[in-house]
Formats: sequence, structure tokens, C-alpha cells
Amino acid sequence: MSDPLLSIRDLSVAFHQDGQENLAVNRVSFDIKRGESVALVGESGSGKSVTALSVLKLLPYPAASHPSGQVLFNGKDLLTANEPDLRDVRGNDVTMIFQEPMTSLNPLHTIERQIGEILGLHQGLFDNAARDRTLELLNQVGIRDPEQRLQSYPHQLSGGQRQRVMIAMALANRPDLLIADEPTTALDVTVQAQILKLLETLKSDHGMSMLFITHDLGIVRKISDRVCVMTQGKIVESGPTKEIFDSPKHDYTKHLLAAEPTGQPPKSDERSPIIVEGRDIKVWFPIKKGFLRRTAGYIKAVDGIDVTLRAGQTLGIVGESGSGKTTLGLALTRLISSKGKIAFVGKSIDSYSFSDMKPLRNEMQVVFQDPFGSLSPRMSISEIVAEGLRVHEPRLSPDERDHKVASVLEEVGLDASTRWRYPHEFSGGQRQRIAIARAMVLNPRFVMLDEPTSALDMSVQAQVVDLLRKLQRDHNLAYLFISHDLKVVRALANNVIVMRQGRVVEQGPSEQIFDAPQTDYTKALMAAAFDLEASSADIVSD
Amino acid sequence: MDQTVHTIPTEAGPPRGFFSPTAKRRWRNFKANRRGYWSLWVFLVIFILSLFSELIANDRPILASYKGELLAPVLIDYPEEKFGGFLARTDYRDPFIRDEIEANGWMLWPPIRYSYRTANSYIPYSAPTPPFWTMDKEQRCSAYPMGSEDPDCIIGNMNWLGTDDQARDVMARMIYGFRISVLFGLLLTGFSAVVGVSMGAIQGYFGGWTDLTLQRLIEIWSSMPVLYILLIIAAILPPGFWILLFIMLLFSWVAFVGVVRAEFLRARNFEYVSAARALGVGNSTIIFRHLLPNAMVATLTFLPFILSGSITTLTSLDFLGFGLPPGSPSLGELIAQGKRNLQAPWLGLTAFFVISIMLSLLIFVGEATRDAFDPRKTFR
Repeated sequence: MSDPLLSIRDLSVAFHQDGQENLAVNRVSFDIKRGESVALVGESGSGKSVTALSVLKLLPYPAASHPSGQVLFNGKDLLTANEPDLRDVRGNDVTMIFQEPMTSLNPLHTIERQIGEILGLHQGLFDNAARDRTLELLNQVGIRDPEQRLQSYPHQLSGGQRQRVMIAMALANRPDLLIADEPTTALDVTVQAQILKLLETLKSDHGMSMLFITHDLGIVRKISDRVCVMTQGKIVESGPTKEIFDSPKHDYTKHLLAAEPTGQPPKSDERSPIIVEGRDIKVWFPIKKGFLRRTAGYIKAVDGIDVTLRAGQTLGIVGESGSGKTTLGLALTRLISSKGKIAFVGKSIDSYSFSDMKPLRNEMQVVFQDPFGSLSPRMSISEIVAEGLRVHEPRLSPDERDHKVASVLEEVGLDASTRWRYPHEFSGGQRQRIAIARAMVLNPRFVMLDEPTSALDMSVQAQVVDLLRKLQRDHNLAYLFISHDLKVVRALANNVIVMRQGRVVEQGPSEQIFDAPQTDYTKALMAAAFDLEASSADIVSD
Repeated sequence: MDQTVHTIPTEAGPPRGFFSPTAKRRWRNFKANRRGYWSLWVFLVIFILSLFSELIANDRPILASYKGELLAPVLIDYPEEKFGGFLARTDYRDPFIRDEIEANGWMLWPPIRYSYRTANSYIPYSAPTPPFWTMDKEQRCSAYPMGSEDPDCIIGNMNWLGTDDQARDVMARMIYGFRISVLFGLLLTGFSAVVGVSMGAIQGYFGGWTDLTLQRLIEIWSSMPVLYILLIIAAILPPGFWILLFIMLLFSWVAFVGVVRAEFLRARNFEYVSAARALGVGNSTIIFRHLLPNAMVATLTFLPFILSGSITTLTSLDFLGFGLPPGSPSLGELIAQGKRNLQAPWLGLTAFFVISIMLSLLIFVGEATRDAFDPRKTFR
């Protein structure tokens, strides 16, 4: 146990672009001992993924280069190793699992073939021998009915099952080191807890080392022995997990640890006027079959849900992906058609057509999840924010419009003089502020927030949550807050609906849901979200 | 990935200049492709010069002064009686008229004193005659009444690239032929783009049944044999520039539909389009402001290739004799003459070089455009 398994010394990574050289990783050093798991923590752009990818030389060379450093694996430098030697190490001694299990599996290969390929390449196992080993691996990673799953294609598996298959592939050759690059970020909280538990068992059973890359400190605390905190390409602090969490020394670590969204949601107030009311809302998508495309059945995305939202209050909708929470939000804002009564400030709007809705659009606004996708890359910030004004207040003069844009940008905490720039010049958090400004400039009464924080880094999340709460107080806004992130929901919502498969599992004031959940599903969700505890698969699916 | 704001100095007002930063970056990428950049300039210079063909090769003077009156024969048809003749249109190359005007004023001739339809009546041999620099002075002026001493035996009356089989100056026909080919190509590409992009936009944006119906219609439409339809129509309607353009437009717009439709299908689900819809922005605004710019990248990348394709089509129709009306200056007709008169290689060679240089320039420009719009391409 004296020699480290992997030792990274002085590693730098530079990228060439447009004749410039950007240093993504700047003289990083750390060691991983046998059987130890090390977490690389940092926000997006900190260089943690690049560091991990350079261990196996998976970066886009020659655009990327290593100005300095060594990656010693069992005493051998991988950076100077030739391609055949590297191929021997990849998938055999060191394996990787990635963030997005859908795109890391070949959609045209069955599970048996995906896993069998690695076995054939590195161990020379074929046919029955490979099949037996594949089944053993699938059992190990906890896939139910592995015999039947052998012939499945990736799209037939759920996200959690796909990630399990990825892990099975990574384990196929009993690697010494497993590099996990945000392996649970794309998964639901309950599935995340299961995968983490699986990784932990596998690590202790096989004595495998693990390099765990994540931005989620909760996971780090749970899974790793040592932590390296990275920011702007440098490791600013490293040490045993407990030490770092209990007594962080560097400012950035302290800042990361303090980044949990905090604060109190608005008080419930039964007297404030009802802004949006939905009764028995249903969104059914028909399943068409046969030559004549007859409707054979329905996918019940939202199946009979009642919603009441009052001014100045926040209704949180939580649930796993596919539970219908976004569909419900879109139905309430009449962006998709639905059945059931919807009333907006007393007016019944469920029979309104798209053009009937137009005069009401300024009062109900939407903020979307992805701040990179929701801003048109070809429009300046000023044009983006002013777009709604052009529709709803066409009589404003250019100067008045510009004045409104500038003041709303100041209100969401952006420098108004940046309004002539284009979205790509802004960071994720700033872009989300722009998206919020675009909604706020019309003085809405109701804002639907569709996972507005989930694409953001932890510390930025907290800032956006604070901003949303401030705007709500100042303008007495009604929020419909859709999220799978229960920590954020707890900081914002005073009423919560827990959804699963289009139906309400539990609903009520947030204190009650969070502190005394009634149903098993809600309990499992809370345990997974706050304690990363996996629940039995009977309650939550994988 | 990048969480830091790029350090660009904060301006107090809107960014100066008409072009967005993206457009500027693309222009830089375009310039980085030296071959494409120079091709563009060479092509533009030739094309703009050819727009003024009447001032370069013409059978009438650019300016003339007659009895104190300043005349512009290039622009205005003066009846011949003005100069003492009897024809409805003046033939300024006629020695009688020439002497009359020069006695009472002066004439400013273009460098080449032939238009595309002017026959040289003083050719030394039977047409087609070779370029003048293949002969000595005695020979090339042998047909003039006074031989090499004739006042008309000057450089402006020489046939730089010889004459075709109707004694018309090949140089002049080449200049006019280039112009008509490029203009035809540009107009056809422009109109096809308008029709094709609108059709693609409608299909991609609305999707569903609209898309399905129009797609099937396009499939039927594009399976029509264009050449035969052209033959049939040419038998009914008199072939002309505009009729030809119209018939070819009927079929050429289909090329754009695929890309534009695909771009719209992809982009209509972008979150910023949903965001615009949630703001209450209307369909046409969404199409023009949010979706069309995306589709234009694919379209612009296509344009130079469609342009060269259109030129080739016109040339081949002319070659077969189904193109522009007889007598028009056309490169295809020049190739056909070259094929008929193998003893006169200057005909075929001229047409070959003009067409190949023109198409190569356009393809080089097209390549550079394609690279400039490719976001993944990095230039060292």
C-alpha cells in the first residue's frame, strides 16, 4: 500500500482555439492509493473532467496538449505511452463511466453485444464463456432478470438500468481504477442513491480504486475517502473528506460548502387571491397503431390533477423525470392542449385558442430549464428581453423600451450596460438571470419556472433562488416551481405536489411534505434526496 | 462549460457596425481560406466588368459628337437620317456614316468594336476565322478595300479570339455570354431560394399533415423528367431568357426544401422558440426572427453550388439547342460551334476555359463559404 496506484504529477492541459492557447488544467498533482476513492470536486469549467480524461488520453488531440506533467499508473507514464500500450490500459486496468448513459451506449447493439465486445477484446472470451460472464456482471450490478435483458437495446432500458449496464461494462475486466465522471448527474435522485450504493459495494468487494468527479458535495461526503477541490484548473485544497468538510481552509471550499440553497419560502396565506386554478387536468397523448393510425390507447402524462395557486405563493411540483410535472406546467400555461377546467384570475381559459391567449401571455410567463438553449444565440440581450415588449406594448418608443430593458436587467442583478452583448458571452447563472428578466419585463402575475436551477452550479443555484424569492416579494408573484431538486423546492415552495406517473402521490403544505411525509414513495424520495439513502426497488423503480 | 464572461470592453451603446460578432467571425474564417477569398474577388471583378459589356465590346461608339451635339449611341438608338442615311438604326461601322460623323465631330469607341451579334464583313478567310495574332498585318487586313493601309485596319476592329462560323467576334460573344450565364444563374438561384426556403419553412414549422402532404407532392413533382418537359414547352412557347428561367425555376427550388425543412424541424423545438411562443410572439415573427437565421446557414452554404449547377444546366441546354433563342450570346452555343468546327479550335477552347474558370471560381468560393459557416472548423 505504499506506492500509489495512480499518481498525477504537475499535469497541465492546454487547448488551442482561434490561435489562442487556453490553459484548462494548471499543474495539478494528486495520488490515488489502491482501494481508495478520491473525489474531484468543482464547478463546471473548473477542469475536473479534463483532468480525468487526460488520464486515459481521451482528449481531442492535437487541439489539446500537455505542456507539463506525468500520469503515472503503476509507475508507468501514460502521457508518453504509445497508442497500443494505452489501448491495453483502457478498459482493462482503468475504465470510465460517463455522465449520460444514453449516449455512452451504442443504440444499435444489444446489451449482450456491448458487454461481450470488451470481454472479447481484453480477455478473449467469446460465445458461452462471454455470455456467462456477462450474466454474472449484470447480476453483480443488480439488473433484474438479466437473461431477458441480454437481448435488450439501450432505448428499452431506463436511465438507471443503462447506467448499471455502463458500470457492468466498466467492471468487466476487473479494473484497478474506475473513473466515474458525474455518473449520477443525469439520473433521478432515487436512482442516484441506488447507483451510489452499488458503486460503494463494488468498491469494497473488489478493492477497486475510484476517481469520482462531481459537483455535488453530498455525494462526495457519502462516497469518497479523500477530496480534491478544483477551481479554474487548479487544485486549491485536498485532504481526507472529513477534514475538508469539517474545517475547510481555502475560501473557495468554504464558498462551495456554503452554497446550499437556504432561506424560507413565503408564508401560506389563504386570503390572497387565487391566480391560477386547475380542476381535473388531463393531458393524454394518443398511441396510434396500425395502418389507419387508429388510437389504440393513451399515455396519461397528466391524469386528473387539481391545482390552486395564490398570489405571492409558490407551488412546488416535484417528481422524477417522466412523472408529468413539466407537462402539467405547460397545460396550465396553455402551451399544450389539455382537458379539464383552467381558470386564470377568475377567467376560464381552457377553451381559449392560441391567439385568444395572446393578450394574456404577458401575465403568465415561463422560465425554462436550460439557460443555454432558451436564449437565441443570434439576438443581443437587449433584443431578447425586449421581444415580449414588442408584442404586448407595441406603442412604446425605442427609448422607453430600452429604459425598461435596462431597469429590469438591473433588477435581476445584471449590469445594464452589458445589454448589447450576445448570450454566449455570459455564464450559465447570468443567462438564467437574462431568462428571468425576459419574463419579468412584462410584469407577469404568474410565472412557471421549469427546473430553472437544475442546469446551474450549486453556488449559482443559491443565488438564483435568492433572486426568485426577492422578485416574488417585490411583485407579489405566483410561482409554479417545477423541480426534481428537493433542496431547492424546500427553499422556495410553501405548497408541494409530489407527482408520479401523471398522478398526485401526496400534496400539501411543504413543512408537512418534507417533515412528515405520509406515503412510502415520498419518504423514499426524501431519503434519496437529503441522505442519499437508497430505498428498496419495490417503492421506486430503477 | 465556460463560466467566465469573456473580457470584451463594455460599450455604452449598441455595438458599432452592421454585422454581428458571429458574422464577423465567419468573415474572418472566410478570409482565412486564401483560395476562396481571392476567387471571390476575381469573380466579382470579372462579373462587375461584364455588367458593363456594352462599354467594352460594342458596334457603336460610347460617345459621339456630331455638329456640336453630344450623342450617346450606346444608350440611344439614333435613326440614320440624322447622319444623312436612310436606315431606322444607324450602323456606325458603315464607312459612310463613320466618315460623316468624323468630319463633323468625333467618336469614342469601346476597345472592341463588335457586339455579340455584329458580323465582321472584312474577314480575311471564310468564317470561322482564327484570332488576328496568328496572322501578319498584311493577311489580317487583306479583306479591307485598302488592305493594310485601310483606316479600319486598327486594333479595335481585330478579332482577338477569332470569329465564329457566322463571322461574329468570339471575344464579344464570350463577354456577353459570361454575363448572361451568371445573371441567369444568379436569378435562378435567387428565385429558387425564395420559393424553396419558404416551402421548407412552412413544412418544417407546421409539420404534421402539412409536412406530409407537401413532401409527397414534392416527391411527385421532382420525379418529372425536366428535360422532356423543357422540350415540350420549347415546342409551344418561344424560348427566351425569362421563359427558360421560369421553367427551370419550376423544378430547381426543390433542392432547398430538404435542408431548410430539416433545420426548421430541429430548431422549432429549441427552448428559445418555446420561450418566444410563451411570450405570445406570433408564428411569422418566430419564423423570421428565430428560425430563418438558423436555416440560412445551410442555405448560404448551398448557394454557390446551386449557382454553378444552374449555369451548367443553361449551358448544356444551349449546347443541345433547347436553350436561349438563336443568335443569343451563349457559352453552350459556342461549345456546339466548337464541336461542329473542329478545324477552328479557338471556338471550343474559349468556351472551355471560360466555363471551367467560372465554375472553379464559384466552387472555390463555395468551399470557403462552407468552411466559414462550420462552427467546428478551427483555423490555425
